[in-house]
Formats: sequence, structure tokens, C-alpha cells
Amino acid sequence: MSPRLTALDALHRSLGATMTDFAGWDMPLRYGSEREEHLAVRTKAGLFDLSHMGEITVTGPQAGELLDHALVGFISALGVLRARYTMICREDGGILDDLIVYRTGETEYMVVANASNAQVVLDALTERAAGFDAVVRDDRDAYALIAVQGPEANGILASVTDADLPGLKYYALLPATVADREVWLARTGYTGEDGFEVFCAPADAEHLWNALTEAGAPVGLVPAGLSCRDTLRLEAGMPLYGHELSTDLTPFDAGLGRVVRFDKTTNDGEFVGRKALEAAAAQAEANPPRKLVGLVSEGKRVPRAEYDVVSVDGTPIGRITSGAPSPTLGKPIAIAYVDAAHAAPGTAVAVDVRGKHEPVEVVALPFYKRAR
Amino acid sequence: MSNPTHLQYTEEHEWLTEAVDGVSTVGITAHAADALGDIVYVQLPEVGDTVTAGETCGELESTKSVSDLYSPATGEIVEINQAVIDDPASVNSDPFGDAWLYKVKVEATDKLLSAAEYDAFIKA
Repeated sequence: MSPRLTALDALHRSLGATMTDFAGWDMPLRYGSEREEHLAVRTKAGLFDLSHMGEITVTGPQAGELLDHALVGFISALGVLRARYTMICREDGGILDDLIVYRTGETEYMVVANASNAQVVLDALTERAAGFDAVVRDDRDAYALIAVQGPEANGILASVTDADLPGLKYYALLPATVADREVWLARTGYTGEDGFEVFCAPADAEHLWNALTEAGAPVGLVPAGLSCRDTLRLEAGMPLYGHELSTDLTPFDAGLGRVVRFDKTTNDGEFVGRKALEAAAAQAEANPPRKLVGLVSEGKRVPRAEYDVVSVDGTPIGRITSGAPSPTLGKPIAIAYVDAAHAAPGTAVAVDVRGKHEPVEVVALPFYKRAR
Repeated sequence: MSNPTHLQYTEEHEWLTEAVDGVSTVGITAHAADALGDIVYVQLPEVGDTVTAGETCGELESTKSVSDLYSPATGEIVEINQAVIDDPASVNSDPFGDAWLYKVKVEATDKLLSAAEYDAFIKA
């Protein structure tokens, strides 16, 4: 099957992007140096094409109740024009995907799933909608998604929109006009920086990309690919589905139990996975098997996903889920699940890097937090 | 970046110079450096090691991946480029120049390609 192309495909190629197959999409991996793109997002701004993300609209009088039933969050309690990080779990508590849900109206929500899981989420929501007065609509082709992330993002957007940016809080959205195009403008992102995500019609994507590029040029905005997106989110300690999150884990295993809302007042408090998640919560409280931690290396070799974490005496105690050289810290970093006995910050452990044990130190997540 | 015509190449994307007093200089091509992305760690064989044509003799680690370094020649390592170990990013910026990797006393080589043949190979 040939990969899907975003509305910005020709533009990426004209910029000389190295393209890569990602979840069935042909996406820009990097335009030049991924390290420079990373540092631009931390110090200036980066422009991302995220059109591969899967938008699903849930609409109708019981849209909120349906999402309270289908997801682990208390979605109907979300204010209109606010967004929430949440998850969709199986009956056994395993994570099907992590999601951002935007409340776009009194009875309408936009669920944004990872590209690799969009079909799974769409199918689950459709199935779970039975009995609710709500409609689940596949809007993957209705939107392109462009993100502007970095300390200069606010100024760049302000130069191309009259929208009330000071009033647009983190994890909120607005219907807005950006560069003369109607969009949903959200103050969300996945880089650890301030930034915006612009949901637009695919036909408007190139115009908006060009307008943002022009507006951002004087302050150092650069196009940024998936490669730096991964190192940015890793530094920010944000989990990635397929790495830190999977169907084998519950939100409590991943240290994200706070997203599970047992206090929902709709549907008599019932939701898919509740029983299993209550048990997982109790287990995590009493006797956590493994914990998600950060690791920092003083060496040069990079601890990568799937490598074993070992104690100083060489006993396997965990597994790396993501690892990369950190451009901001200037040293290799990783996220790993390790046995609770070795999870305290400051603990000296090691990583088996292709047969050689490289010393690393356990640290608290995130590795990087922006100054506010 | 075009591939210098005075060098010879392998399908594993190394280049080597014509031997002077039996010694050739080895590096990786701009094409390979570009495909790897930002290189962050270089592991080279040590002086005195014997390397074998077509076999691994080190590692190149980039942001996203780790790749084996293959040897284009069989022979003894007579010098390594410490500057590249200290500054792995130089492989991205000057792969055919300052970022050479090591010098080897050549006893035999793998099948080598001319610049034109290598150009055709990477475009195929």
C-alpha cells in the first residue's frame, strides 16, 4: 500500500525534507539537521506538519456521556473551548491510545488520536456509541494540522491573527481566523514549549504554512520534522504510544493514574475498564512492580528503546522505552520502566548497550521544563 | 555534495584514498552521513588492530539510530582520527575532508566503485 500524503507533501519536498514512513503516512523526518531544529524550537520556534494525527468528531446530545463511558477521563465536565489529555482503555485496563479531547461546542467534541491508532480509536468509539444519542464521525480527511512551537510562537501567531491570544490559555482552543483562513486554534503541543496547533482545511494548509513561515522568519522560525519532535517530547518527559504506553500497560503502570477519573457522575460512574483500573490503582498504591523513570548517561553511547536496564551488579531490573542524545542537556537521556526498588532519583544503575554496561543515573522526569 | 572523483567507494558507503606507501585513508560518504542524520558518537578500531574487508570495525551513532561501520579493506590500522571521536558532528559537516576516520595498511580490498559507479549506485 502506498503511503498517505499530507496536504503539505509538495512543500516538504520543495524544502528538501528527508521523508519517512510513519504509521502509513509519508512524513518529514527532518529538513536539515534535527539537532538544529530541536534547538530552534527550544530557543525560537519550529513549524510542524502533524496532519497524520487522527481527528474524530463526536457530536450529539449525549456526546459527553458517550466520551465519559468510552474514555477514562471525565470529559463532560470539560468546559466548552477547553482541551484535556486523556486515554482510551480496553475492558482489561490496557491502554488503546492516549488522546487529546477538545470540546468544540456544547454538544460537540474533537478527539485527536495518534496516527498509528486512529482506526482503532475510531472503531472503539463507534462500537461504544451504541445506546447513546451521539454520532462518531471520521474527520481524518477533514483537517490538516500545523503546529507552531517555541518561545516565539506567541508573537508569530499574533502577527497573523486578531484572535485573543492572551485569553487563550494552555489546553484551550478558539475558532479563529489565521492569515485570512478559518481554523481551530489550540494552545496545545507536544514539545514542552509554549505553542499552538492549527487545525485547518487541507486546502488551506499550504497558505497557512507559508504565512506562518513568513511571519516567523524574522525571529528564527524553522520547519521542524518528526525526528526533533521525538527528542523534544522525550526531554519534556511526555509519553509516546508504542514506547511508554501500550495495551500491556494501564495508566497506573505508566504513572499517569491521574487521568483516570473514578469520580465521574454520568453513566452511574461506569466506564469501559473501570473494574480493571480500580484494581490497577490499588496495586500501584500498595506494590508498584515497575516505575517509569528518567535516566541520564555521562557517557556518549545512547541508551535506546528495548535495551535492558541492569543494577550495578548486572542484574536486569528494567527496560528502556525511549532514548536519544539530548540536544538541550548535551548528554544521552532515556525513559525506562525499572523495578520500584531502583526507581528513586539518584540511584546508580546501568544500561546494557549492546553487551557493554554503561553507567546511568536515575532522575525524576521531565528532563527539561521551560521557564515560565 | 558530489562524490570526489579521486576516491574509491564501497556499497557500504565508505570511501578510501589511493594507497600511498601502502596506506589508504578511510571515511564515510556524504550520502551516508546525510542518511544517518546528526552523528553523536563514533567508535573506531584501535591502532594495531587488523580489520577485514566487508566486516564491521566500529560504530556510528546518530540521534535516531546506531549503524555498523564496515571496513573497505583488509589490513592493519596505522592511525585513527581522534578529532572525529572528539567531535562526531564533523562527520556531517566534512565527511570527505577533516572527518576522515582511520588509515589502514592495505593488504586487500573489497570490490571498489569509482565515483561515477557510486553515484549510479546511490541513485538506483
